[in-house]
Amino acid sequence: MTALSLEFLLAAIVLVSLIFYALTGGADYGAGVWTLFARGASSNSWGPAQRRLIGDAIGPIWEANHVWLILVVVVLFTAFPPVFSLITTRLHIPLTLALIGVVLRGATFAFRSYHVPKQAAYPGWETIFALTSLFTPLWLGVSLGAIASGALGSEADTFYAGFMRPWLAPFPFAVGLLALALFAFLAAVYLILDTKEPPLQEIFRRRALPAGWTAVGLGVIVFMLAKRGAPHIYANLTGTAWGWGLLALTALLILGAIGALWRRRYVAARLASAGSVTALLGTWALAQLPYLVEPILLADAAAPPLTLRWLLAALALGAVILFPSLYYLFLIFKGRTILQDVAAEERRAKPRG
Amino acid sequence: MLSDLLAARMQMAMSLAFHIVFAAVGIAMPLMMALAEWHWLRRKEEIALTLAKRWAQGTAILFAVGAVSGTVLSFELGLLWPSFMEWAGGIIGLLFALEGFAFFTEAIFLGIYLYGWTRVPPYAHLAAGVVVAASGAASAVFVVTANAWMNTPTGFLLSADLPPRPIQIDPIAAMRNPAALWQVVHMLLAAYAATGLLVAGIHAFLLLRDPRNRFHQLAFSISLLVGGVPALLQPLTGDLLTRMVAEHQPVKLAAFEGLFQTEQGAAFRLGGIADMEAGEMRYALEIPGGLSLLLHFDPDATVQGLDAVPLDQWPPVGIVHLAFQAMVASGVAMAAVSLWAGSRWWRRRSLYESRPLLWAIVLASPLGFLAIEAGWTVTEVGRQPWIIQGVMRTAAAVTPMPGLIVPLITMTALYLFLSAVVLWLLFRHIAASPQTVRRPPVIRLERRRKAA
Repeated sequence: MTALSLEFLLAAIVLVSLIFYALTGGADYGAGVWTLFARGASSNSWGPAQRRLIGDAIGPIWEANHVWLILVVVVLFTAFPPVFSLITTRLHIPLTLALIGVVLRGATFAFRSYHVPKQAAYPGWETIFALTSLFTPLWLGVSLGAIASGALGSEADTFYAGFMRPWLAPFPFAVGLLALALFAFLAAVYLILDTKEPPLQEIFRRRALPAGWTAVGLGVIVFMLAKRGAPHIYANLTGTAWGWGLLALTALLILGAIGALWRRRYVAARLASAGSVTALLGTWALAQLPYLVEPILLADAAAPPLTLRWLLAALALGAVILFPSLYYLFLIFKGRTILQDVAAEERRAKPRG
Repeated sequence: MLSDLLAARMQMAMSLAFHIVFAAVGIAMPLMMALAEWHWLRRKEEIALTLAKRWAQGTAILFAVGAVSGTVLSFELGLLWPSFMEWAGGIIGLLFALEGFAFFTEAIFLGIYLYGWTRVPPYAHLAAGVVVAASGAASAVFVVTANAWMNTPTGFLLSADLPPRPIQIDPIAAMRNPAALWQVVHMLLAAYAATGLLVAGIHAFLLLRDPRNRFHQLAFSISLLVGGVPALLQPLTGDLLTRMVAEHQPVKLAAFEGLFQTEQGAAFRLGGIADMEAGEMRYALEIPGGLSLLLHFDPDATVQGLDAVPLDQWPPVGIVHLAFQAMVASGVAMAAVSLWAGSRWWRRRSLYESRPLLWAIVLASPLGFLAIEAGWTVTEVGRQPWIIQGVMRTAAAVTPMPGLIVPLITMTALYLFLSAVVLWLLFRHIAASPQTVRRPPVIRLERRRKAA
């Protein structure tokens, strides 16, 4: 029983790290996507201001946000070596594509920040940064969709069957697009509160609303495709009361976020949008059980208990350092604005109430 | 056509060779910028603040590329060597988890350092820089310890079945593997020495053209301190590490030295070309009894040669021997230049006036990174054909995915492109450093005080 709970705890930590990655690193991808819409004079006169806002918003934090992905990887290969091995073997192609995106995106963002004094190279770096911000989450999402589909355990007798079929299917691609839409939605919602300029806020509100609706639409498509594309998860979700309950919660949160945006309640929108992504990932993870990654059962996947205990100790020690540091980072670069926003929103809400 | 195994090895080697440069810079540069900022806070010399900011700007680019290329490596462990990770994840994964937190801390405080100049108080800002420097070093400790485990694996027993599985895993015993201590110290010193002397060389070159430029004088002093002291210590740790290899990986040591036959009173061989078929080193300069003397303080001691194991367990001797000698030669040259600079400082308290010394440092400046790449080749190629010494062959670890030449070419092209861009950006960055700045700060400060 002890061993089982250790495994469950570590699987939960992988999930929590993945959620943090989606909420922070994911939104950084989304912010990159929005630079595509903030270009030159053709779009609108606020183009440069939008780009500056995006650069300032993610500049100090994107590298820290990115480490959540590394944490997912290292906890996975320490605690569940066979699962990591299975994922990296069968999803070699989409993961390599995602990595190319990660490298180009991170590097060009740094190059871009360095070039701020309006130099000729600047738009080039920005274009690569924006396109790879689109490209990377798509392939990460496809990989996640392939894992969710349960196809990693299929026969691998040919190259196609082994290394293409697990991810080359409608369901993984729908998940990839959903990830992209959700990240763009999160980013637009976050960016509204990263600026004090009402016109800029309005621009990102008008971006967030369609992104939110797109995510809702894609979510419905993913759900419908899951019947054939991810049968184990679909059966778990539609065959149980908790499954329906979690699906309803996820839907309620994202619709609530869209509603809050509509009513310009930006703090509420931020909380609800982050909540919806959290709920979605949590729902997926619970629906995978009793597998960690199909066909490997959580109970069979773990490294020996001694390793798990030391890993938990290391993670606890790390968390003691990490969370205060993260809090300090966000307090320095985000804290003041958010606290002011909460106060401002309360002031605005009062006359109505 | 390249075999998949060779393609995977080349991709891993290329990824590591690329990343290690940025990783080493990420360890040493934060220390240098923190020292520059500390100098500014203590002495109020404005140019030191300019220097800290300019070093921080350069570090920002290098750290970003290091962060993403490090991410690639964490995935490539599985993408290229899934069987290795499945076998070893439970034993050494803990080190990577610790490294993950060190990296987290480094990224968080680098964000504060780079973007927080006006947002946090000066000493908090300096402290952020110190945390970046410390966590960069901690990352190296964890990662190199994991690599050391591949050389001298401990912390498990082998099961009776075939192929054997690890049983009775103890991740803490794995951390205390015999190679860890000296490999870690050697790599940390290498990072400081290579980065410090490279930067010192750049500023020495600029001082040769503009000797009174205070900006370059200060940059030169700090980087020479950070690079020179480790460069002086490095031959000692290299010697200790070689003794460890002689004890635990005698075949690897034989490859270092090009020692085909077990010899009593083994000669030290300088240079030479390995003739694998004849089983001897050709054209090498031999110092009779030299190797035995170096390793055992006894010119007649016996040193085990490659012939002690079957041919299919030999590493590629030619590459390993060449890389080992390139590393040692670079290290000795760097130590010599550092000694020269140190003695000049000791006797005359001056560093910038000697043009021969400046030229020597310019010439020595690329040697550190050459030595790092060579040293990495020595430790990795020298372990072949094993991925885990004596336990798992590299061929048994490789992914079943075919066509690995495609990711190899793609990643190589990507890294070549990034290398070119980074070099171009750094070149422009250095070219834009401040023109001649004299040294008037003390006077200016007094004037300000009077005015106040």
